[in-house]
Amino acid sequence: MDVQQAMQSLNIFAPLMIGLYVFVLAIFLGFELITKVPPTLHTPLMSGANAISGITIVGALYCAKTDYPLLANILGAVAIAFAMINVVGGFAVTRRMLQMFGRKK
Amino acid sequence: MFDMIIPLLYLFSAILFILGIRRLSKVRTANSGNSLAAAGMAVAIVVTMAIVSGGAAWPYIIGGMIVGSIIGMVSANRVEMTQMPEMVALFNGFGGGASALVSLALFFAAFDGHKSGDFLMTDFADIGTVSSGISAILGLVVGAITFSGSMIAFLKLNGTIKGNAFQFPGRNAFNALLTVGPIVAGIILCVTPMPFATAMTIMLAIAAATLIVGVTATLPIGGADMPVVISLLNSLSGVAAAMAGFAVKNPVLIIAGSLVGASGLILTMIMCKSMNRTLGGVLFKSFGSTSSSNDGYTNITESSPEELAMLLEDAERVVFVPGYGLAVAQAQHATRELADLLQANGTEVRYAIHPVAGRMPGHMNVLLAEADVPYEQLIEMDEINSEFKTTDISIVLGANDVINPAAINDESSPIYGMPILNVHESRSVVVVKRSLSPGFAGIPNALFDGDNTIMVFGDAKKVLTETIAEFKENL
Repeated sequence: MDVQQAMQSLNIFAPLMIGLYVFVLAIFLGFELITKVPPTLHTPLMSGANAISGITIVGALYCAKTDYPLLANILGAVAIAFAMINVVGGFAVTRRMLQMFGRKK
Repeated sequence: MFDMIIPLLYLFSAILFILGIRRLSKVRTANSGNSLAAAGMAVAIVVTMAIVSGGAAWPYIIGGMIVGSIIGMVSANRVEMTQMPEMVALFNGFGGGASALVSLALFFAAFDGHKSGDFLMTDFADIGTVSSGISAILGLVVGAITFSGSMIAFLKLNGTIKGNAFQFPGRNAFNALLTVGPIVAGIILCVTPMPFATAMTIMLAIAAATLIVGVTATLPIGGADMPVVISLLNSLSGVAAAMAGFAVKNPVLIIAGSLVGASGLILTMIMCKSMNRTLGGVLFKSFGSTSSSNDGYTNITESSPEELAMLLEDAERVVFVPGYGLAVAQAQHATRELADLLQANGTEVRYAIHPVAGRMPGHMNVLLAEADVPYEQLIEMDEINSEFKTTDISIVLGANDVINPAAINDESSPIYGMPILNVHESRSVVVVKRSLSPGFAGIPNALFDGDNTIMVFGDAKKVLTETIAEFKENL
């Protein structure tokens, strides 16, 4: 394999490769961000992170397109509703909990 | 110009998520962390709507958003603090379910473009590549397991499904088969041209099989292992979102999803460590589900709220030890009231918090915070364990396995090695409990037989209320 070929096989700018790099690095980042969490925050952190996982709403929005078949649109709409329950409910409930922690000060 | 701004806005949204999560892990900044993360979400949603606006099926989008927002908002505002574990499980399930549905919708969009001859999923523009197709399959598999697993966790946490009775031989092999099988089938679907009807059938079979795995994997897991399971499901909902991100090639989905995956995994590890169990042990071995002998106790001293009130009058140092029973009885306010009375009487009051007390990580902290118990009075296990020796009375409110001295001194016990609160070292122990029935480990608690232990049978809230009345009368 000559240099040219070797360089090409290393083409990390292919979309899948970029995605993989981002995925792995973000996992490491996640570990570093929250290695030490006080137990008081276990529930709020979990429920806040849970709300963030509702980011799948982005994918759901892609599925509700006029040129898609009815079935895909319906699934998309249900996915949007599910994700919104996760997002809105998750952030609101986390907020409620955290306000409780703060109020006696 | 517009083409440049969109990816940059997604990057901005990802940064908000990262800062949000970091701030959520510190008490002082947690509230702003939550707001930052919510702002990141708002940015991501608005940007995505701008992207799809050209060909968006608006009625479906607006309808879905309104319905979801209303349901989310109403349930978040109505839920009692005692019901927080099941609420988190339910929200989590919807997140996983959404990721699974996204993958399914992408497939159906591809199917529809197909008219005749052999069908190859990855020929279609919106899936496009084998890697995208396989990611969508993984998003479906992980999302469906998260959805049905979270629903079972929800039903177990709110008491609809009781105990951990659901066992069948070969469960682990069955679950492994129904997880690996669908993934293999999905990969075949992505690389092999096949008749339309066959492809459709395979897709639906994958969805059905993984929904079943979520159920059969979660059902047998005992109540006290729930903190581990909820954290893990939380992690999986992130992974499912990241997989959906690979399928639609969107970086913010990948970043946010993997952040959640990592944070959930960290919590899972913390929970496992607090129970001296491995993740594999929690998931694959059923725990103490068979034996549940209630007897074997020889030295039970039964007492009453009246006597408890009398004992407390002279106590200098009192430690409350809350457990799941406190949550069930909703006794957090009564606990706080008794604590206030004791403090007014010159008694030092603190709370001993075991990391896995309750049914989710940090469950007791949330409950007690609701009753306005000062944060400084909640003492973690490692810190308070050295202080039980100088404690006059430890009042155990609906905790069981986390205070069983067998974990320290009985090598044959199934919970041997699990870190516990050394309640038995205090001068007297008062255990408020509905009956002598065992905790999730299904074993008798040597503490109840101790010479310095007295049992007050009854619902924690009722017992405390009577104690409070008695205490006030005596003053």
